[in-house]
Amino acid sequence: MITSGEILQTIEMIDQQHLDIRTITMGISLRDCAHPDIGVCCGKIYDKITKCAESLVVTGEQIEKEFGIPIVNKRISVTPIALIADSCEAEDYVPIASVLDKAAKEVGVNFLGGYSALVHKGFTKGDIKLIRSIPEALSLTERVCSSVNVATTRAGINMDAVAEMGRVIKETAMLTATDGGLGCAKLVVFANAVEDNPFMAGAFHGEGEPECVINVGVSGPGVVHHAISACRGLPFDDVAETIKKTAFRITRMGQLVAQEASKRLGVPFGVVDLSLAPTPEIGDSVADILEEMGLESVGTHGTTAALALLNDAVKKGGVMASSHVGGLSGAFIPVSEDAGMIRAAERGLLSLEKLEAMTCVCSVGLDMIAVPGDTSAETLSAIIADEAAIGVINNKTTAVRIIPVPGKGVGESVDFGGLLGKAPIMPVHPSSSAEFILRGGRIPAPLNSLKN
Amino acid sequence: MRAIVTVIGKDRVGIIADVCAILAKNRVNVLDISQTVMQEYFTMIMLVDMLKEGVAFDQLSTLLNDAGRELGLSIRIQREDIFNAMHRI
Repeated sequence: MITSGEILQTIEMIDQQHLDIRTITMGISLRDCAHPDIGVCCGKIYDKITKCAESLVVTGEQIEKEFGIPIVNKRISVTPIALIADSCEAEDYVPIASVLDKAAKEVGVNFLGGYSALVHKGFTKGDIKLIRSIPEALSLTERVCSSVNVATTRAGINMDAVAEMGRVIKETAMLTATDGGLGCAKLVVFANAVEDNPFMAGAFHGEGEPECVINVGVSGPGVVHHAISACRGLPFDDVAETIKKTAFRITRMGQLVAQEASKRLGVPFGVVDLSLAPTPEIGDSVADILEEMGLESVGTHGTTAALALLNDAVKKGGVMASSHVGGLSGAFIPVSEDAGMIRAAERGLLSLEKLEAMTCVCSVGLDMIAVPGDTSAETLSAIIADEAAIGVINNKTTAVRIIPVPGKGVGESVDFGGLLGKAPIMPVHPSSSAEFILRGGRIPAPLNSLKN
Repeated sequence: MRAIVTVIGKDRVGIIADVCAILAKNRVNVLDISQTVMQEYFTMIMLVDMLKEGVAFDQLSTLLNDAGRELGLSIRIQREDIFNAMHRI
């Protein structure tokens, strides 16, 4: 039998160290919803989502109660809408975003991802229409999340798409200016996007996925922090071992919840995503873990090495605990959603350049970063291009979720509230990248040998 | 279905009796029980078996939570599976 110590340890993790299942995300294929008439298409989409996810929230709540583990979010990801809408004759896809929002509200999920396009090599007519509609779609809806994949290791970087996304981000910020540019918090620009990511805002249900699937995202920065606080002064071997053991425990719980949800909903289990996802709450921070390793502040020299160790150990520990691991799997470093990152950014100890370096060794990228409202579209595009280059060359997923906060500058901050948190405005490089971005075209796919 | 009931709170007379009364009334069989008192804090862990004809899990969970609030204790019930998953390979 399980010992009292183990039982109390589990309860302490949940009660005091913020251990939770971050999300149960149901992936739903909408490929059978395509229709030349956008009205018919919208009707089919609404019916399919509300039917498949009818009992998602209730089931999540039941599991939460029986296992005594909080399941913070129940969410839905759908087939990238550009694939579905390509066959619509309509010029404007915003009605589809509205129907996704309506369906999300009907089934009670807080976010629905997949207002997306995959344009790493080029655009179809539908891709262009979708991308151009993103600002309006995100300003008119509440729960819809959008993502665009602009690069892959096999195709290189579509610089036309990178240029376009700079403008789209800028326009989205303007259209949601009254909320501090909130629309941009629901928009991710990817390189090497994964098909089974359960985390928002970048979730979509990829082409290789089944009809319907359950993916689960676990979390637990607080638990890892607590565990390594017992390793003070010990060498890194011990730190890595401790993180592995902790990640194993967290993931086993994710696997259990995923299997249970899959069984009850009659939907196949997809993956467990082993990510350390922070929240703005005190004690639920990835930055705190890095500082616990001996850094005075996150952002100082050594941060990248600390993060590399953390990210790798989380994966090593988690892989054995789950039958299928996927999604983004790693440590997230969203600035506005992590109390420790916010603290460092406010004091000027964490720069955009350091964050970029950190994304080389962790998932996922420059995440939830607020920059001055007068940042040009070309600068935003250049930031995306840099991040995409890191992903493409290093064979990993990278992403940019950046908010040029309208009317605000360095020294101010923006507060989105809830899980999205509060972000200090960070300075961008003052020199222009406009001519670089204006070139357009594609950056060729990289060589995968002669690695140095 | 087997579940673990944990009761944590300030020690006083009759905690075990109160919790067991709720369990018995709802057709829940106690299989194992362990308890300690550390610095006035009472910690009890029970392995219980919920009989098929008994009350539904979420109802029992609510009953125990409510009773805990009244008695000034934290009482929770969780399926045994979560502890097995986390601590046993």
